[in-house]
Amino acid sequence: MTALSLTALPPAALPLTGLPPTTLRPTTLPSAALPADPRLAAEAASQDHQGLALVLFTVFVAVTLGITAWAGRRRRGTVEFYTGGRLFSPLQNGFAIAGDYMSAASFLGISGIIALFGYDGLLYAVGFFVAWLVVLMLVAELVRNCGRYTMADVLSTRMRQRPVRLAAGASSIAVSILYLVAQMVGAGTLVGLLLGQSGGRAMTWTVVGVGALMVVYVTVGGMRATTWIQIVKAVLLMGGALTLTALVLARFHGNVNDLLNAAAGGSGHGASFLGPGLRYGQSWTSRVDFISLALALVLGTAGLPHILSRFYTVPTARSARRSVVWSIGLIGSFYLMTVVLGFGAAAVVGSGEVRSSSASGNTAVPLLARDLGGGAGSTGGTVLFAVVSAIAFATILAVVAGLTLASSASFAHDLWATVARKGKASESEEVGAARVSAVVIGAVAIALSLFAQELNVAFLVSLAFAVAASANLPALLYTLFWRRFTTRGTVWAIYGGLVPAIVLVVFSPVVSGGPEAIFTGADFHWFPLENPGVVSIPLGFLAGWLGTLTSREEADPAKHAEMEVRALTGAGAA
Amino acid sequence: MDEHDRMEPGTLQVDDPWYAGAATQEWEREAPPPSRAPAPAPAHEPERGSGNRQGAEAVYLDVQQSDAFQRMRRGYRRFVMPATTVFLGWYLAYVVAATAAPELMGRQVFGAVNVALLAGLAQFASTFLLTWAYARNARLHRDRTALDLRWDTQERIR
Repeated sequence: MTALSLTALPPAALPLTGLPPTTLRPTTLPSAALPADPRLAAEAASQDHQGLALVLFTVFVAVTLGITAWAGRRRRGTVEFYTGGRLFSPLQNGFAIAGDYMSAASFLGISGIIALFGYDGLLYAVGFFVAWLVVLMLVAELVRNCGRYTMADVLSTRMRQRPVRLAAGASSIAVSILYLVAQMVGAGTLVGLLLGQSGGRAMTWTVVGVGALMVVYVTVGGMRATTWIQIVKAVLLMGGALTLTALVLARFHGNVNDLLNAAAGGSGHGASFLGPGLRYGQSWTSRVDFISLALALVLGTAGLPHILSRFYTVPTARSARRSVVWSIGLIGSFYLMTVVLGFGAAAVVGSGEVRSSSASGNTAVPLLARDLGGGAGSTGGTVLFAVVSAIAFATILAVVAGLTLASSASFAHDLWATVARKGKASESEEVGAARVSAVVIGAVAIALSLFAQELNVAFLVSLAFAVAASANLPALLYTLFWRRFTTRGTVWAIYGGLVPAIVLVVFSPVVSGGPEAIFTGADFHWFPLENPGVVSIPLGFLAGWLGTLTSREEADPAKHAEMEVRALTGAGAA
Repeated sequence: MDEHDRMEPGTLQVDDPWYAGAATQEWEREAPPPSRAPAPAPAHEPERGSGNRQGAEAVYLDVQQSDAFQRMRRGYRRFVMPATTVFLGWYLAYVVAATAAPELMGRQVFGAVNVALLAGLAQFASTFLLTWAYARNARLHRDRTALDLRWDTQERIR
C-alpha cells in the first residue's frame, strides 16, 4: 500500500532524511528554516515532537523486539517458523492480515492524495478494498486447504513439482522484493519528512536500521513474532485513525456536509474537488493508465505472497474465511476513515499548506493531527503529531517484516528444499535455510534501497501488484477452477505474466522519457502507460490457456479430484 | 500433517465475536440431513487402511463423484461465479465512469454530496454486503457438508 505514498512521492524532490530507528540521536534543527517562512512555526514545533516521536519509536521497537524474543523461545520446525503454529484465532489473524495490508501509505498516502486532489484519492481506497472480495470468495479457503506454507504449494498440488515451484517461487520473490524496496525507500523518506531532518546519511541509516530490524524479527521470531507485530501495529493504526476521525467529525459537529463544503473551500478547487478528474482526468493516456492500475489493484491483492501465507496461520479453511471477514471489516472501516481524514486535512489545514509541506501530500495527516490537537506549538498538537509519526513508522516496520518472511519462505521451501535439494532436506535444515535467506533477502533489499534512494521508485508497489495480478492470480485461479490445467499451463501463466509486466515497465515512461523517470539522460520508452496491468494481466491468462492447450500431457483426473476434494472439504489439509 | 489436525474444527470458532456466538448454536440446531453424508463406496472397502497411493486416488475420485460433494461444489460455484462477475463489473464500471465521465460523476445530488461520492460509498456498502452474504452462504450451506466429507474422506484414506 505504499503504492500510494510512493506514487505520489518523488523521493528526490523531498528532503531525503531519516534517523536510524534503533538509536536515539540528539535531534538537530533543520538549518533551512528561514525566519520569514510561514512554516516557521511548524519547523520550531518539530523540535518538540521529534523528541517525543523518538521516544515512541523506541518504545515500539523495544516492544516488538520483546515479542520477537518471546516467540523465538518456542520449539523449532517449519510449521512454527512459517505459520507460527497454525493456531491463531480468526480475530487475531484478521488483525494481522489488516496489519500486513495497511501500510503507512494507506494512512498517509491516500489521505494525502485526497487532501491535494480530492475525490481521485478515493478511487485508490475503493480499489484496494474491493480487491478483498476476490481474496474472500476465490482464494482464501481453497489456498488454506491445499497449501502448507507458500503459494507454490497450491500451484504444485497437481502439477510436476520442480518447474512449477521454480516459477512460482521466482514470481513470489519478485513481488516481495519489489514491494520491499518500495517500502524501505519510503521508510527513509517518510521518517525524514516527519522528523524534519535532512542529510543522506540519516536516510541511509534509516534504511539500514529498518532492514536490520525486519531481519531480526523474521530470523528470531518467525511467523509467530511477525503475526503479533502485525496485530500490535494494526491496533495502533486503527486507534490512531479512529481518534483523528472522531476529532475531525467533532470539529464539524458531525455534519459531513459542512466538512465536504469546508474541504472544497480549503482546497482552492471548489466543488470540482469533490468529484473525480483532478488527478487522472487530464488526458486519455492518464485515464487508461488509471484503469490499468485499478485492474492491478483489484486483482493483485489475491496474488500477494505475504497475504496468502497469512491463511496458513489458522487451523482451518473456515477460520481462514473468518479471518478475511474480520480483515474486510477492519480494512473497510480504515479506508472510510482515511477518506474523512483526507477531506478533513483539506478543510482544516488547507491543500495549499499541505502541498507546501510535502509535494505528495504525505504530511497531510500529521499536519491535521497537529491542528486538531491545538495547532503548532501547543502541547496537544505536539503530542498528536508525534503519535501519528510513530504509528506511521510502526506500520512500515511491520509490513517489511511480513514481506521478508514471505519471500524467505518462498526461497527456502520452494526453491531450496524442493528444486535444489529435491525434497530431501530435513525440517531443521529447511528452517536454517529460511533464516539464511531472510538475512540474504534483507541484505539485498537494503542494498537495492540504498541504490534506489535517490531515484523515483514510485512505480514499484503498483508494479508488485501488477506482477501479482498477471503472474500469480492466473496460475492460482486456473489451478483451482480449471480441470484441464497442466504443468506447462502453470509455468506459462506465471512467466507469461511476470515477464511482460516487468518488460513493459522497463520501456515505460517511469523508467525513461517521463517527467519523473529513473533515467533522465536517455529515452528508450515505447510503452505509453506507467502501469502494465491492462496488457500483462490478460497476457498471463492467455499464456496459461495456450500453455495448457499445447501441452503434450493431459491433466491427471485423479490429481484433479484430489485437489478439488481437498480444496473444498479440507481433507488432508496441513 | 500437524498434531492439532485432530482437533475438532467446530470448537475453534466459538470465541469468534464476528458472529457473536450464533454460529455454534446454529451448528447444533441444524440436524444433519441424512442425504448429505456420502455413502461409503463398497467397491473401495478393501483398500481402506492400506494407505497406498492407488487407494487414496480412488477415494478422492469417489468422493468427487459423490452427490454430497457435487451439490456442495455446485452451491459454491453458483454463489461465487455470479457474485464475482457482478462485483468486478460494478467496480470496473465505477472506475471507467470516474475516469471517463467526470462531469456525470460530479453532478450534485444533495448538499455537497455528488454522484461520485455516493458511488464510492456504494462500493464500500456492496463490498460489506457481499462479504456478509458470502460468509452466511458458506456457513449455512457449505461448512457442515465440508466437515462431514473431510472426516469421511480422511477416515477412508487412513
